Amino acid sequence: MYIVVAGGGKVGFHLAEELLGQHHEVLVIERESGRAAQVREELQGNVMLGDSCEASTLDAAGIARADLIAAVTGDDEDNLVICDISRYRGVPRTIARINNPKNELLFQKRGIETTISATQAVLAQIEQELPTQMMIPLLQLHNGLELVEIKLPETSPVAGRSVREVLLPAESLISLIVDPGGVPRMPSGDTRLSAGDALVVVSRKESLEVLREQLIGSTHGLDT
Amino acid sequence: MNVVVMGCGRLGARIAGILDAEGHSVTVLDSTEGAFRRLPDSFRGKKAVGNGMDGPTLEKIGIAEADCFLALTQGDNRNYFASQMAREVYHVSRVLCRVYDPIREEIFRDLGLETFSPTSFGANILLDMLRKEPVRK
Repeated sequence: MYIVVAGGGKVGFHLAEELLGQHHEVLVIERESGRAAQVREELQGNVMLGDSCEASTLDAAGIARADLIAAVTGDDEDNLVICDISRYRGVPRTIARINNPKNELLFQKRGIETTISATQAVLAQIEQELPTQMMIPLLQLHNGLELVEIKLPETSPVAGRSVREVLLPAESLISLIVDPGGVPRMPSGDTRLSAGDALVVVSRKESLEVLREQLIGSTHGLDT
Repeated sequence: MNVVVMGCGRLGARIAGILDAEGHSVTVLDSTEGAFRRLPDSFRGKKAVGNGMDGPTLEKIGIAEADCFLALTQGDNRNYFASQMAREVYHVSRVLCRVYDPIREEIFRDLGLETFSPTSFGANILLDMLRKEPVRK
């Protein structure tokens, strides 16, 4: 993926570092020249000096071919402008850091995925989209229900247990199991879960983190 | 008409003064108290100190009852943010937004706002003047 990170502060820098480590193509845009030089040195390039609120800067960064933009400056108004202009230029996914949680509603209304503070939270959002991730959102149903696919890792706390033995959050249901060979099965209480199984689970949006912990176990940064 | 003007600079103060004199109900919002000195002495509207990008502040000054919101601070991004808030969250029917940067102004207009760029407007007027005969010798 080509990912543009707007804002080279602490959040932007560490986010870029992680994404580069995951072999994405990354460009950080930073408007302060001293900071840009610092980030350039630490990231061996991958930095552009400029104001990401300006359409011309985003164009110079090749925004039209970006798969995702993460607007992580310290100003919510700048992050909104960056995301809205990027989407206008055709970027399919926009993620904004929100510094004031009260602003979340506006970002939602504008169709921007949001995250409140912390690099880790931004990362978690991006990782949801990556195929290597173990929990993939499939479909949002109405009434706050969500359909997700969860691939059980070797370290899954439920591997080897039967469906009956797994304690899921309220209103959560394992509706389908696809084994590593690609064969789908309707689970019963006696069905045994094994590592490598892909489970299609219906759950409430707010229970997803608990669900992840129960089926996948703690992953970095998500158990905080 | 119930109007909220965000930003009491020269333009904000002037518009607020005119609308107030015409009998409209006007509330002026600015982050600094000192800005209100630009309002005419005859101004009878409300003056509120606060940040127009803050939901609770907007609610306190009655944004929900406003017919019109004018975003006239010095910051293009601030104006855009507050305008979208007035439109998307508080459903104000007319939202006018000043944007200095002509490129951003066009984009913001396409994104649903009524925008105005003093830069492109001013440039056009000046170019027009240049191309005509001088008014005064």
